[in-house]
Amino acid sequence: MRRFSLKSLLQEASSGHQGWERQWRAPEPKKEYDVIVVGGGGHGLATAYYLATVHGVTNVAVLEKGWIGGGNTGRNTTIVRSNYLFDESAGLYEHAMKLWEGLSQELNYNVMFSQRGVLMLAHNHHDVISFKRHVYANRLNGIDNEWLSPEECKAYCPPLSISPELRYPVLGGALQRRGGTARHDAVAWGYARGADARGVDIIQNCEVLGLKRHPDGSVAGVETSRGTIGAKRVGVVAAGHTGVVMGRFGLRMPVESVPLQALVSEPVKPVFPCVVMSNAVHAYISQSDKGELVIGAGTDQYVSYSQQGGIQIINHTLDAICELFPQFGRMRMLRSWGGIVDVTPDRSPILGKTPIEGLFVNCGWGTGGFKATPGSGHVFAHTLATGEPHKINAPFSLDRFRTGRLIDEAAAAAVAH
Amino acid sequence: MSQPFRLPSGGRIDRKRPLSVSFNGKRLEGFAGDTVASMLLASGQHLAGRSFKYHRPRGILSHGSDEPSALLSVDWRADRGPGYRDPNNRASVVEARDSLVVKTQNHWPSLETDIGAVNDLLSPVFVAGFYYKTFMWPRTFWDKVYEPVIRRAAGLGEAPEVKDADRYSNRHAHCDVLVVGAGPAGLAAALAASADGEKRVILADEGLEPGGALLNDVTSKIDGKPAMDWVAESVSTLDARENVVILPRTTAFGYYNHNHVCMVEKVSDHRADAPEGLARERLWQVRAGEVVLATGSHERPLVFENNDRPGIMLAESVRAFVNRWAVLPGNEIVVATSSASAYQTALDAKNAGARVSIVDIRLEADCGPELQTAKDAGITVRSGHTVIRALGKKRVSGLVVAPIDPDGAIGEKQTLACDCVAMSGGWTPSVHLFSQSRGKLRFDVELDAFVPGTSAQAERSAGACRGIYDLAAVIADGLAAGRSATGATDTAAGSTPQATASFTGFQPVRVLPTDADASKVKAFVDFQNDVTAKDIRLAVREGFESIEHVKRYTTTGMATDQGKTSNMNALGLVAGILDRPLPAVGTTTFRPPYTPVSFGALIGPARDELFDPVRKTPIDGWAEKNGAVFEPVALWRRAKYFPQAGEDMHGAVARETKAVRNAVGIFDASTLGKIEVVGPDAAEFMNRIYTNAWLKLKVGGCRYGLMLREDGFVYDDGVVARLAEDRFHVTTTTGGAPRVLRHMEDYLQTEWPDLDVFLTSITEQWAVIALQGPKARKVLEPFVSGIDLSEEAFPHMTVQSGFVCGVPCRLFRVSFTGELGFEVNVPADYGEAVWKALYEEGGKHGITAYGTEAMHVLRAEVGYVVVGQETDGTVTPDDLGLSGLVSKVKADFVGKRSLARPDMVAEGRRQLVGLLTKNPDEVIDEGAQVVDDPHRPIPMRMIGHVTSSYASSNCGRSIAMALIEGGRGRIGETVHVTTPGGFTEAVISKAAFYEVKGETADA
Ligand SMILES: Cc1cc2nc3c(=O)[nH]c(=O)nc-3n(C[C@H](O)[C@H](O)[C@H](O)COP(=O)(O)OP(=O)(O)OC[C@H]3O[C@@H](n4cnc5c(N)ncnc54)[C@H](O)[C@@H]3O)c2cc1C
Repeated sequence: MRRFSLKSLLQEASSGHQGWERQWRAPEPKKEYDVIVVGGGGHGLATAYYLATVHGVTNVAVLEKGWIGGGNTGRNTTIVRSNYLFDESAGLYEHAMKLWEGLSQELNYNVMFSQRGVLMLAHNHHDVISFKRHVYANRLNGIDNEWLSPEECKAYCPPLSISPELRYPVLGGALQRRGGTARHDAVAWGYARGADARGVDIIQNCEVLGLKRHPDGSVAGVETSRGTIGAKRVGVVAAGHTGVVMGRFGLRMPVESVPLQALVSEPVKPVFPCVVMSNAVHAYISQSDKGELVIGAGTDQYVSYSQQGGIQIINHTLDAICELFPQFGRMRMLRSWGGIVDVTPDRSPILGKTPIEGLFVNCGWGTGGFKATPGSGHVFAHTLATGEPHKINAPFSLDRFRTGRLIDEAAAAAVAH
Repeated sequence: MSQPFRLPSGGRIDRKRPLSVSFNGKRLEGFAGDTVASMLLASGQHLAGRSFKYHRPRGILSHGSDEPSALLSVDWRADRGPGYRDPNNRASVVEARDSLVVKTQNHWPSLETDIGAVNDLLSPVFVAGFYYKTFMWPRTFWDKVYEPVIRRAAGLGEAPEVKDADRYSNRHAHCDVLVVGAGPAGLAAALAASADGEKRVILADEGLEPGGALLNDVTSKIDGKPAMDWVAESVSTLDARENVVILPRTTAFGYYNHNHVCMVEKVSDHRADAPEGLARERLWQVRAGEVVLATGSHERPLVFENNDRPGIMLAESVRAFVNRWAVLPGNEIVVATSSASAYQTALDAKNAGARVSIVDIRLEADCGPELQTAKDAGITVRSGHTVIRALGKKRVSGLVVAPIDPDGAIGEKQTLACDCVAMSGGWTPSVHLFSQSRGKLRFDVELDAFVPGTSAQAERSAGACRGIYDLAAVIADGLAAGRSATGATDTAAGSTPQATASFTGFQPVRVLPTDADASKVKAFVDFQNDVTAKDIRLAVREGFESIEHVKRYTTTGMATDQGKTSNMNALGLVAGILDRPLPAVGTTTFRPPYTPVSFGALIGPARDELFDPVRKTPIDGWAEKNGAVFEPVALWRRAKYFPQAGEDMHGAVARETKAVRNAVGIFDASTLGKIEVVGPDAAEFMNRIYTNAWLKLKVGGCRYGLMLREDGFVYDDGVVARLAEDRFHVTTTTGGAPRVLRHMEDYLQTEWPDLDVFLTSITEQWAVIALQGPKARKVLEPFVSGIDLSEEAFPHMTVQSGFVCGVPCRLFRVSFTGELGFEVNVPADYGEAVWKALYEEGGKHGITAYGTEAMHVLRAEVGYVVVGQETDGTVTPDDLGLSGLVSKVKADFVGKRSLARPDMVAEGRRQLVGLLTKNPDEVIDEGAQVVDDPHRPIPMRMIGHVTSSYASSNCGRSIAMALIEGGRGRIGETVHVTTPGGFTEAVISKAAFYEVKGETADA
């Protein structure tokens, strides 16, 4: 792998950039792999990367039905934070946060992780209690999260209106300064390049259609649109389509898939310094490096695999954005889109074993899994390499829906991203 | 500035109505019918902005909504004050009128001299994706140093600084046929679809007048007359039909499911005389039976070195400026083309007085009749020539061209001096809306374009948007589409007007052949995002092969024009490099909106007091008059407390809570959710929805009901009264009302459709007045008729119907304070009157109005839980100490199975208890965490959290409720509770703190 650096960039600049190599190969599938990862989103690619780098498992293929990063990884609003309430989630997301903090260097790929701070606004008594509960829990878990008064919120995010005349006045906010955003595509590409360099085959336009099993029921490989490929272990990381893939394997998952929409405005000069989330009114906003306001909406009310949601969801989100930031009323929506998110009953992910020997699953990230990408890949690689969950992902078993040991972050805070 | 490039006659401008616009502080002159772009060109100003990344000088490329370069900041009503400015307006669609103030963007210190242009010199470094490869060291520098610099350099215009001063409106419409686009195809379709006078037809077009491409056309004839005569006749025919609505200045921007098409209409931006208060834009949400897409096509630029210089324009746009706006974009025009259509530009420009020559990539043999026509007109045509590069910087000054030898080699170069280039690389059907409708595109090799394939909705395309370019064929296609949209089977019926033939056909070229080092030259594919052909080559070299990857890596097609002029060139280029057929590279999916839409239009009236309109109770007015401080609760506003002079919240709450315990309080409980459950199976339904038993509840009895989600956690609660065998009056929490109704309907409709039950929300129908306290009965007595209020006749947890103040009422004997209590339900319209009567009478007994804060304190004093405060969706009935409410004998109820899961009954679950701080004056934070030992290292184990916490004057100390692991077994133990600065000590107690004196709720 040719390393990226200012030096190599300058060298290439003088020779018309003719010397750059492919960031990943386009190999034909082999007959068999030690591990097959189904789904070339951020989580799947990170899994492959850590399988190779941490566990030395390099006979790995990532099978992607379209193009890598084309699922939710390339569609999300890229909010990264780790100030979750419950110990289990705090452990998982903080594990990811630590990896984010060194990710560009680790991958030798600038993923533009920008710790501009994530400010969550409280608009009613219930929000205040809930966010304080988070702030206190985070403090005891060693995760940064501060309670800000409305004036402090305004100082941190000058465009914010804290007028008491607001429909839902800002009563305060919880700020995680280490939170922020990252460049979603770069995360997929950086992991792909790193994994490829260590021997992982990234195979695009390869849809997984079924599971091949040994007579004892254990995994033998997968059927794909490019033929049968053998595997000792298979990890499904298919986000919104997990239900479909697992259905093809004969397993029903406790997930529902719904469209989640986002939009960007036309680009403008820097006006918005941080990330603001307002769960009470369903608005999430930041500004990209290009200058677009990136705005996340809520989920549609109906389950669907159509990546097109209803416009009323967008309208409602913009209602809220313009209430909080009245000066954005004349901005224009440049592009809107939807992704299919897989939601579990307790809104927490599933990372671990399945009833089929050799088959593992990493899904249920719903509306908020981008932030977990490095951590999820890291612990899922451990799970695939050793056959057992890492202690960080052990609580996120499929089994918890049977035992009732749920990790219900959404119930606790109704936070979407 | 005067108008040196304005032609003496012609054009669709009104020379009798001159106007002026301020452009970068200078006065720009023009006429009604002009756009800012045509005024700029009339004055000879091509330089109109600086590009996104390299800050290169940019001019006006197009005359329509596909303009990528000439983006302006416009203050639409500078004369009316702030709040009317916005950035990134395309000069070509800003209709000129007096008092517009426009400015160019993205430069410093000025448009002419822009320091940012050094980026152009550094461009060998700033290639596609360069930022992924660097700025990584030192590790902390990205967001502190590099990123702020990049951000400042990017970003085009400046965001508005103040609140939008305009208003917007919103309209829903239904029609049988929606026709999008009022060019020849759309007009024909609308004529045909509306002919029978039955079908309601809407015809929308983004332009200011119907006509589409014919507005640029002064040569074509329809039925022997100028084409625009046919347009005028068609429009007047349509105007006269009552079943037709024509919407000019209306862009269909989003095509959603079920033929739901969203359009935005410009209502007042173009009117200098617009009355204040008139909406700026209107959002149309059209549900159409059938849709005809007649959205035309976009011209492709040619890709050659410096093809972005000001003065280099699309050929059809040059023609449009000449014919429609009577502006000559240059005196010396070179038409560079691979398309027949550009010959018409050459002819029209020559007619208008320009010196014109043509450079055609095609060989003579590959041309059609256009070649001879041009030659006959005396125009020099250089066939089989390529463009090597453009000269000039802020304005094109020449074009270096060369013949391409039969073996492909570049022949001798020659420089053609010019001040304007009209280029055309052919045409791309505008399939954006079709693609948004989820229709499947099909690649047509002949047309070198994606065209609509299989439809996904009740929709059809007509004319240029499906690759039909000849005028006569376009009209015929439009007529057929209009007829088929009405369901007519004989789609060929009726007479088709005869039109003169158009010049059609083009040779696809991706990048013009050149002998320059392709890895060095800047030949732009995406003008706005500064993406060059070499960027695209680099992306492919680095393994980005899917067009979606190329887009994301290079940002081609991601600008505010969404790639209208660039997508096909980018696709073709990638396919060429990979030597794959074009469709194998993928088509790009088009995402709404077609052109950018203001947030203002999308939110419409939903702002200020119409953003989530406040729900108010019938007693709200009284509360306001009596000085209540309000708080938002769900969509409601509720009186939180009623301060008297000089009182703060704590003082008020202390007074209010004391009054309830010692005399009587009056409380507006109207926001409580209320649902009537009616039908022969009502009791059975209640039995399944709630955890406790309902079948045996007597008529007239009340019962506290607990409701779980399927996962076994507490979902809602409330008192339920049985009014009749088949009728229950259910109450819910204020915030829970809508979701409880949804939850009930969900089960009723999907799980138990066999149950004969109806659910009706009655929240708004009843005002609820709670009288709580030892003197409650005394206050109520004088007003009641038909009900015996005595303890024997009307015990706790019963309901009776009768009259209060002569008004029919449902009277509940219930309490949320532990005191004797009644809840008076009267029809909402009588709420305030009854409240006032009770309040007045209560004066004799020391009545005090109390708000939600006191209500919370009072219930906590006696240990009642509030769902949503003590619970958070992870709490079981047993956690709350309410397992007595969970039936052990019922066969089933929602959540029963989940309650049996091992972790739901495991030891060590968090249980509801009280917490008493060691210091009785200290009120701990709600949400605080509880630990055993605050000296443990981080991460520290947490054993619980505080759910409610108050200063209680009735208890003479602070009280709190908490969920603590195994809490009920730990009464008396000391724990540590977080405070903003550290920890404080508290002792675990029962979750009830106050002993009611005298007659209690259930004496
Ligand atoms: C609009 C939106 C906004 C969001 N905002 C945020 C946010 O701000 N912060 C945050 O943390 N999270 C956010 N999320 C959630 C986040 O995007 C996802 O949780 C996360 O990206 C999931 O990553 P993934 O790799 O698991 O999934 P994906 O990126 O979706 O990858 C799954 C891949 O599996 C492939 N696949 C599916 N079926 C098959 C098959 N049969 N064979 C082969 N391949 C298959 C798909 O093509 C896809 O590429 C948002 C999501 C959306 C849609």
